[in-house]
Amino acid sequence: MQAFLKTGKLSGGQGSSSTTKEKSCSSGVSKKKPSLTPWVEKYRPQTVNDVVEQNDVVQVMRQCLNGADLPNLLFYGPPGTGKTSTILAAARQLFGDIYKDRILELNASDERGIQVIREKVKSFAQFSASSIRPDGRPCPPFKIVILDEADSMTPAAQAALRRTMERESRTTRFCLVCNYVSRIIPPITSRCSKFRFKPLGSELIRERLQLICSEEKVSCGEDAMKCLVETSGGDLRRAITCLQSCSRLKGPGIEIHADDVQEVAGVVPVQWVNGMLEVCHHNNYEMLTEFVDRLMQEGYCVAQLVEQLHEVIVFDNNMTDQQKSLICDKLGVCSFRMQDGGNEYIGLLDLGCTIIRTMKT
Amino acid sequence: MSLWVDKYRPNSLTKLDYHKAQALHLKNMVQQGDFPHLLVYGPSGAGKKTRIFCLLRELYGPGVERLRLEHMNIQTPSNKKIDITTVSSNYHLEVNPSDAGFHDRVVIQELIKTVAQTHQLDPSGQREFKVVVICEADCLTKDAQHALRRTMEKYVATCRIILVANTISRVIPAIRSRCLGVRVGAPNKEEIINILQSVCRKEGLSLPNELAERIAVQSNGNLRRAILFLETCKVQQYPFQPDQKVASHDWEIYLKDTAKMIVLEQSPQKLLQIRSRLYELMIHGIPSEIIFKGLLQELVKNCDMQLKTQIVEKAAFFEHRIHLGSKPIIHLEAFVASFMAIYKKFMEATVADLF
Ligand SMILES: Nc1ncnc2c1ncn2[C@@H]1O[C@H](COP(=O)(O)OP(=O)(O)OP(=O)(O)O)[C@@H](O)[C@H]1O
Ligand SMILES: [Mg+2]
Repeated sequence: MQAFLKTGKLSGGQGSSSTTKEKSCSSGVSKKKPSLTPWVEKYRPQTVNDVVEQNDVVQVMRQCLNGADLPNLLFYGPPGTGKTSTILAAARQLFGDIYKDRILELNASDERGIQVIREKVKSFAQFSASSIRPDGRPCPPFKIVILDEADSMTPAAQAALRRTMERESRTTRFCLVCNYVSRIIPPITSRCSKFRFKPLGSELIRERLQLICSEEKVSCGEDAMKCLVETSGGDLRRAITCLQSCSRLKGPGIEIHADDVQEVAGVVPVQWVNGMLEVCHHNNYEMLTEFVDRLMQEGYCVAQLVEQLHEVIVFDNNMTDQQKSLICDKLGVCSFRMQDGGNEYIGLLDLGCTIIRTMKT
Repeated sequence: MSLWVDKYRPNSLTKLDYHKAQALHLKNMVQQGDFPHLLVYGPSGAGKKTRIFCLLRELYGPGVERLRLEHMNIQTPSNKKIDITTVSSNYHLEVNPSDAGFHDRVVIQELIKTVAQTHQLDPSGQREFKVVVICEADCLTKDAQHALRRTMEKYVATCRIILVANTISRVIPAIRSRCLGVRVGAPNKEEIINILQSVCRKEGLSLPNELAERIAVQSNGNLRRAILFLETCKVQQYPFQPDQKVASHDWEIYLKDTAKMIVLEQSPQKLLQIRSRLYELMIHGIPSEIIFKGLLQELVKNCDMQLKTQIVEKAAFFEHRIHLGSKPIIHLEAFVASFMAIYKKFMEATVADLF
C-alpha cells in the first residue's frame, strides 16, 4: 500500500479542496488524451438547460439564476436521472469562479457523523456571502451545502442537520440528494422543497444516445438501440455506460448488435427465463434442482431473472388470475430476500417449488 | 513448490482456456487505452480473479506481477483500530474491505478514497490511472456501497475500480449503473476435462479420461476445486487408476453425516448434538450459506414433493433471517428444529396410515 502510494503524489486535503482537484485533474487529463474521459462524464449536462426531462426543477433553477431566492432543496429519484448533475451545473452557473468558496459538497464517501455536520457545516456557513462576484457580476448572497447520497446518513446525523439548517438559514441553502425519500426523516423533508426526478422517457434516452453515437462515431443498429433503451429502464447513465462498454469491447468501427447489449446489460436470455417455467411444468424436484444448478453456474443474476419472470407471468395467457397472484407473491418475497443478501440457490428453489405447486391446482 | 492451481494459472488474456470471445473483447477494450469501472461476477472457482489479473497484465505489463503484502491500520470515527491487509503492485491495489466486518465503510472512505485521489506520477507510465480491485463486493454493507458511489464518479480520471462478486443481486442499482458488468460463468465439463488433461501433460503425467470426467463432475463447475482434487489424487496414488477414489473435503462428509443424523432421529437430545456439530463446522470457517445448502440437499432426499416444498420454504425463510441478525447458529438450528417437526409429523402419519 505504501509503495503503491509512493509512485503517485497525494493531492491536498479533502472536503472543499477536492472540488478544485476534481476540475484540475479531469481537465488535465482530457487535454492530453481527450478520449479518456468516460462518456457519462463527457456528456454530463454543463448547464441547467442541458438537463432533460426534469422540467419542474429546471424551472426553479432557472428562476434562481435570474435572481430569485432559492429554497432548501430535496432531490430524489432513481439512479442516473440527473440529480447530481443538476445541482452541480446550477452551482457552477451561479457562482462561476468562486464556486469553491460557496459550495460545500459532502457525499457518502465523506465522513458525515453528527460531529462533522455540526462543525464542518458551521465553519463553512459562518461568514456571510456577498452578492457580487470578484468579476463584478451579481450572484446570490448565500452559500450552498450539497449533501449528496443523503439516504446513507444516519437518522442521528439528519437530526443534527435539522438545527443547523435553521440556524444558518440566513447565509446558507441546503440541497439534499437521495434515491429513496423515505430514508430522510420527516422534519428534514418538511423544511425542503421536494423534487422528484422521473426515470427518463425512452424517446429522450434514444435521442441522447443517438447524439453520442454520432459524436463518437459509433455504429449502433436499430435493434441494439431499442435494446439499450429498454434495458436502461429510464437510467440514462446506465444506457450510456452500456453503449460505451459495447463499443469498447467490440473495437472501433464495428457495429453493435442487440445480443452484445443484452450481455453487457446483464439481461438473462429468454431461453433461461422460459426454461424456468417449463421445468416447473414437469413437477419434478430433481429436474428443478438440476436447472437451478446450471443457472447458478452460468452466473446469471437471479434478482434480474426474478424481475424478468414477473414480466412473463403477468402477461401469460394460460394461467388463472389466482395462480398469477400466488406466484407473484412469492416473486416479491424472493426478490426482497435476495436484496437482504439471502442465498440465491435456495431462494430460486423455493420459487420453483411454489410455481410447481401452483400450476398443479 | 507451488500448487498446480497457481503454477498453471494463465497470465495473459490470449492464453485463457474458455470464454475466449469474452477474453478477446476485453483485450480489445484495453488496447483502446480506456475502460469503465468493472463489475466482474460469477460463481466461485470460475476464474474471475485470473481473468482480472490477465487484464491487468495486459494493461500494465509484467510489473503487476511484483506483488507486496502489506498491513494497514485505519481508525474508525469511534476510535476503533482496524487492521486490513492489502496486496499491491506499483499499478494496482487489491483489498477485501469486508475483512473489516461492518466497518467496511471506513475502509472505503479512508483507503479507497486516498488511493483514488493519488495521481499517477510517472509520466512515462503506460496509463493515466491506477486500478483498485475490491474483492467480495457482494458482501459489502449498503453503507460501504454508498460510500463508493461518488468516489467512482469523481476520481474516474485517476482511478478505475474493479469489483469482484459472486452475485450481483446484492449490489445496489446505483453502483451497477456505474459499472460495466462482466459475467464469468463456470467452465463446462468438457472445458474442465481439457484443462485437467493439459495440466497433466505439462507435469508429464497420464490421466485416464474416466478419472478426469469424475473429477470434473464432482467439482461442480469449480475449476479451482477440480485442479486441487487432481493434485490430491496424484498424491494418493500414481499411476492414476480410472476408478480411483476422488476424495472430497472432510467438512463435506461431516456435513452429509450431520444431515443423515437429523433424518435418523428427531428429538431434543439429537438437536443438541446437531448443534455442536454445526458449531464445529462454523469454527472451521464454513460459511453458513454453504451449510444451509448442504443440509437442504441431503434432507429432502427421502421426502415426497409436498414435503420437499415445505422444507425448501423453511430453508429459504431461515436462511434469509441470517442476514438480518448476527448469530447464524440460531437460524441454522431453527431450521433443523422445524425440519424435525415437519418430518416427524409426516412419518407418524405414514405409519398410522399403514395400520
Ligand atoms: N436529466 C438528464 N439530462 C441529461 N443527462 C442526464 C440526465 N440524467 C442523467 N444524465 C446522464 O447520466 C449521468 C449521471 O447523472 P447523475 O450523476 O446526475 O445521476 P444521479 O441522479 O445523481 O444518480 P445517482 O442517484 O446514482 O447518484 C450524467 O453524467 C449524464 O450523462
Ligand atoms: Mg448522484
